[in-house]
Amino acid sequence: MITSLTAEKLACARGDRTLFEGLSFCVSAGQALALEGANGAGKTSLLRLIAGFLTPRAGRLVLKTPEGESDDSEERGRAIGWLGHQDGLKPQLSVIEQLAFFAKLYRSNAEPEAALAEVGLTRQRDFPCRYLSAGQKRRLGLARLVVSARPLWLLDEPFAALDKDGQALIARQMTLHCGRGGILIAATHEPLGLGNASIRL
Amino acid sequence: MQILFQYATPRQFMRISGALLPFTAAAAALAVVLGLWLGFTAPPDYQQGATVTIMFIHVPAAILAEGIYALIALFSLFSLVWRHPLSDVAARAAAPLGALFTALGLVTGSLWGRPMWGTYWVWDARLTSFLLLLFLYLGYMALWNAIEDEIRAARACAILALIGAVNLPIIVYSVEWWNTLHQGESIISGKLAPVFLWPLLVMIAAYGLLFATLWMIRIRTEILKRRARTLMMSGS
Amino acid sequence: MSAFTALLVRDLRLAARSGGSAALALGFFALVATLVPLGIGADLKLLARVAGGVLWVAALLAALLSLDRLFQGDFEDGSLDVIALSPLPLESVSQAKILAHWLSTGLPLTVLSPLLALLFNLPGPATLVLVISLLIGTPAVSAVGAIGASLTLSLRRGGLILPLIVLPLLTPAVIFGAGSVAAVMDGMAPSGGLGLLAAFAVAACLLSPFAAAGAVRLNLGG
Repeated sequence: MITSLTAEKLACARGDRTLFEGLSFCVSAGQALALEGANGAGKTSLLRLIAGFLTPRAGRLVLKTPEGESDDSEERGRAIGWLGHQDGLKPQLSVIEQLAFFAKLYRSNAEPEAALAEVGLTRQRDFPCRYLSAGQKRRLGLARLVVSARPLWLLDEPFAALDKDGQALIARQMTLHCGRGGILIAATHEPLGLGNASIRL
Repeated sequence: MQILFQYATPRQFMRISGALLPFTAAAAALAVVLGLWLGFTAPPDYQQGATVTIMFIHVPAAILAEGIYALIALFSLFSLVWRHPLSDVAARAAAPLGALFTALGLVTGSLWGRPMWGTYWVWDARLTSFLLLLFLYLGYMALWNAIEDEIRAARACAILALIGAVNLPIIVYSVEWWNTLHQGESIISGKLAPVFLWPLLVMIAAYGLLFATLWMIRIRTEILKRRARTLMMSGS
Repeated sequence: MSAFTALLVRDLRLAARSGGSAALALGFFALVATLVPLGIGADLKLLARVAGGVLWVAALLAALLSLDRLFQGDFEDGSLDVIALSPLPLESVSQAKILAHWLSTGLPLTVLSPLLALLFNLPGPATLVLVISLLIGTPAVSAVGAIGASLTLSLRRGGLILPLIVLPLLTPAVIFGAGSVAAVMDGMAPSGGLGLLAAFAVAACLLSPFAAAGAVRLNLGG
């Protein structure tokens, strides 16, 4: 479990271009944060920076847990559930194979079948992923997020490609996650509807 | 190390190299002329005849070819461990020069081999190793050119250069092992008479100075290119 | 099942299902071996002489065919991000992928090699040494290849650059592998060459996961 994630005067640059600087925020357990901004403003870069894929040019990120605090990106990575703008699915694997793989990879005790039921993909259980629609893939990505059982969710455009039902589904999962004391940071063009704070980059 | 890097900034480099360049360029030109004159007026070798002259062009090229790869590996280490940006530029700028000296070593080596062995190419252990060294250079340069993002390209190439440097002694050893297995020919070796030693030493110095001059010019060009691009980006 | 095994099984499953990359490598291997006699003539003595070298080079090239996709597929569809955040360190991820690549290409190539040696009229003892040398040497090909694959994983034309940077690094494997076959042909003991090959393979398998993990890390920053 984590208590909070704090950013202190973060700066991020790609090549010679500075995307943002002096960015500070704090998200506590049970809270959500929306990242807004035009295309190219650096929403995805900020998510990748939190995940530890990018190193900030300046500033630091501190993760507080009941045991103490740390600014180590590797340690932070072990707390993160990631849903990028790509779903990370293999066309050749079946829906359940995919999900069972991620559960084992993340050493999670969560039940893949239960997660499938949550996102309404039980009927597609044995379909190869290549037969899924974009919305169904997004739902499977969401199931993977649930199965990974991580306290800090990083979501890139979570509502993309989803129909009304799908959007309601992900909203429900996000509410549940925050209700469990999780933290959620999402790059989005639409309101998250979680009574959350937001930053404009 | 950190203290050293404080001085090795692009600005400092531009200042110091700008002051050094005329001198190294003049010294390189002088040494080349002197070395060639000494070399061409040296008496013909009793075994190799006039072809010994090629050695004054060949041997320094071979030394530089290996030395420059070691330099690239060293600067790659600086770049990976201490994230020193000028080291990236230095390593990148040295690579085509290293490849050029390697190619020169190969060409002069085979020109020397024609009268000595009766053929342009023999699978001699040293020649074969140098051919493989040329491929290491070409792969390194190809990777630099292929990756668009400069920081990523620099770090990827640094990893490749270090792997290459670790592997190079193994390659050389394996080629020698292969050579004894197949009983190829070996380069005639013997003590060098002083009449040949002096022109050789001068030519080694000349090549070194020439490399230093060209290297500095290439680094300066790259720094200026980056400055121009930064100006362009901030202007738009 | 551990996270390592899960990744290994998944990669093997993908290799088996994506048009059978093992079958492609085997086909390429057999085809090159067929073209060589057509190119240099059917003199059985000559063929037996060159068999060790030709089959080693052909096996090496065949193993390289599928290497460029080692990390690239996972990079392009975003799986690599998810894998990188898992409890499994990237070094172990690289190890699992190297092992999966060897099991799906290097091992089948080794198994096929005695059949092709037969076509080259290679004597029995030399064939045995060829098989042993491929068994020892192909893991080194997968391991060193993984470095090249991780360095070029973000490149659309990575498949073209990969051989250029990997092949020079793998010369010792070819020299020691084919050299031990040549030694047997000349009535000498192959143990020297095989020992050096084993040393090279062990060093490659121990060191390359670290280099590959470093290269993957830097590419995730993209």
